[in-house]
Amino acid sequence: MKKVLVLLLLVVVGYSLYVPLSQIEFGTDRMGSIENPTTVGAYYLSKTPSELSVANVITAIVVNYRGFDTLGEVSVLFLAATGIGSILYRRRKEGEHSETISKPSSQLLQAGAKLIYPAILVLGAYVFIHGHLTPGGGFQGGAIIATGFLLMMMSYKDFHMNHTVLTWVESLAGITFVGVGIGGLIVGTTFLENFMPVGTLNDLFSGGIIPIIYVAVGFKVAAELAGVLDTLLSIKEN
Amino acid sequence: MENIDINQLLSIAVFGAAVGLILIGLYAVLIKKHLIKIVIGLSIIDAGIHLLFIAIGYINNGTSPIFSEKGISLVNEGVKMVDPVPQALVLTAIVIGFGVTAVALSLVIRLYRHHQTARIDQIKTLKW
Amino acid sequence: MVLFTIAIIILAVILLAVAVYAVMQKDLLFATIATGIISLILSVMFFLLQAPDVALTEAAIGIALTTIIFVITIRNTSRREDEVRITEESQAAEIDKKIKAKI
Repeated sequence: MKKVLVLLLLVVVGYSLYVPLSQIEFGTDRMGSIENPTTVGAYYLSKTPSELSVANVITAIVVNYRGFDTLGEVSVLFLAATGIGSILYRRRKEGEHSETISKPSSQLLQAGAKLIYPAILVLGAYVFIHGHLTPGGGFQGGAIIATGFLLMMMSYKDFHMNHTVLTWVESLAGITFVGVGIGGLIVGTTFLENFMPVGTLNDLFSGGIIPIIYVAVGFKVAAELAGVLDTLLSIKEN
Repeated sequence: MENIDINQLLSIAVFGAAVGLILIGLYAVLIKKHLIKIVIGLSIIDAGIHLLFIAIGYINNGTSPIFSEKGISLVNEGVKMVDPVPQALVLTAIVIGFGVTAVALSLVIRLYRHHQTARIDQIKTLKW
Repeated sequence: MVLFTIAIIILAVILLAVAVYAVMQKDLLFATIATGIISLILSVMFFLLQAPDVALTEAAIGIALTTIIFVITIRNTSRREDEVRITEESQAAEIDKKIKAKI
């Protein structure tokens, strides 16, 4: 009986989702011209290379035009990491670390992981430093760095993250983000206003506060995700 | 084939895939009894919604919204750029979806530690 | 344009097939790998729809990190979906069934 009702619900939901969508023509230009912008997308596309001198429009939207949402997203990630740490809390003695893996991994994995781990860290740092020039940014670079740490944690039994260092890095990166925003308030305009000088297009030091914020976000996301993975891997089984 | 025929086919494929993913995920959330299967269903619903957003913002024969040297030369030739606003929204949504999945899975681990089962039809006690 | 259409249609069909497999499979480890494959195909589709930032984010977060937290959860709970926990009530029910079968 329940299955029949659920299938009926799925048919109703599918019909009411698909019929309005099929009226939308796929791929037609709803944005309008860039020179005289009438929609939000066209406005962002026209203002970004001239006012901000940033090549990646999505970075400009995420950090500058909708920067407050990025602050909210970073705090949601922080809350998730704290929540995981508090849900899986087990009282453990001083200095005792549970093992992440029970048997040591093979020789091939150990040698390969040690070789590739610095390359992954450098790639992640490259991605979040050049976030305003190429596709990339803080979240992508932070996730790549966390994957590098995960590779080392799964290959070696005694590779652990130092939770004190992670907490310090995370807090300092968060303070940098909010501090740069308050700097906009001190200068006299709004929160998270772009008050530093913008350079020329496609330069490394262009875009005002955008590279600074993305570097801070990259460090914060990397520290948070590495902490979450370390907490999850060290769960002691009964 | 005329142009309109290909466009119709493309529209059915992409929007059908997005709505299909949402429906499959909804089926997993409503009918399956194992908690990890329910969280997999939530993750599949997220994937369907993200695909829907990006598909709405696409423009035929457009290019990605990045003003590199190649991008500037393409814009000067008259190639349009794709809508950047849905991509910024989906960027945030992917990260938050991962956060929700992580907290849900840690709740599953905690529940298993207490009841020694992860199926919702075998957790019959009312209190923890 | 024709090549683009063919690629998107093939990827959409494979996406739906892998999603159905992920929901129907009883062995949870296979379902997790299927979720990772959904993220992979989705990342390629995002690249074809001219969204490179979103493709990078989905590849970095959806493929590596989501799969690993699912595997860690499976390690700490059960692996198969139809596992039955042995309790006093189920043992009593089995003894009841045996007594009724003998009568």
